[in-house]
Amino acid sequence: MENKTKITKSANRMVVLRNFDAPVPQVWRAWTDSELLDQWWAPKPYKARTQIMNFIEGGFWHYAMVGPETEEMWARFDYQSICVHDYFKGKDSFCDADGVKNEDDFPGMDWTNTFIESGEGTQVRVEITFKSEIDMEKIAKMGFIEGFTAAHQNLDHLLKSGAVR
Amino acid sequence: MEIRRDVFKAIADPTRRAILSLIASQAMTPNSLAEHFDTSRQAVSKHIKILAECQLVEQQQAGREIFYQLNPEKMKEVADWLAPFTQLWESRFSQLDEVLHNLKNK
Repeated sequence: MENKTKITKSANRMVVLRNFDAPVPQVWRAWTDSELLDQWWAPKPYKARTQIMNFIEGGFWHYAMVGPETEEMWARFDYQSICVHDYFKGKDSFCDADGVKNEDDFPGMDWTNTFIESGEGTQVRVEITFKSEIDMEKIAKMGFIEGFTAAHQNLDHLLKSGAVR
Repeated sequence: MEIRRDVFKAIADPTRRAILSLIASQAMTPNSLAEHFDTSRQAVSKHIKILAECQLVEQQQAGREIFYQLNPEKMKEVADWLAPFTQLWESRFSQLDEVLHNLKNK
């Protein structure tokens, strides 16, 4: 059983597709319950830590990505529309510890996350639209994403060796 | 390393992706390529032209025939560009797999 992540990019839009071996309500919960989000949203070695979560239209998730040196990167996801077990849309921005958005450096990204029943499991489709291609490049070049590479390989090893699960 | 935007646009198209995977294993003439598609030869040529313009595909002349082959260096650039995003999402999703696995067993 291997679920591959498929990523495509065109102009300023990125689409991520992935199947999960769990029914839609469970996958939906993992994406919308902050206690569960904290367990997976930040790629290792980072840890997500929720400050505020209000999963309603007009509400937002304010969280920090905490690094191994306890450095914090704050972000918030503002929920714009929610259709339970189907999709939710929102805007992801960088901000400070008080939730004040930093829109000068990064104007934020528009997200649409769709949950589709697929056999016994669920297909998740993440569509991220950047304000411009330049913003996308900036995000791609950000050190914290590049830093995930090594960590991810470790995790991959763990999963393959059967130590996890 | 600067990648022109049209590289990504070029590979976003399903026909052009199919062309790339066909020529990945061997160089092909425009005619032999076109046989794999229901669309007109002109349409296929147009797709090849777009791929050639962003250097994903290279031309080779052998006698009277033109062969198209993949430019692996350019493909690698594309893969390298996407690598940080791929790593980010794969790391996230491996962890999400675990979270879902634990939910199931509760």
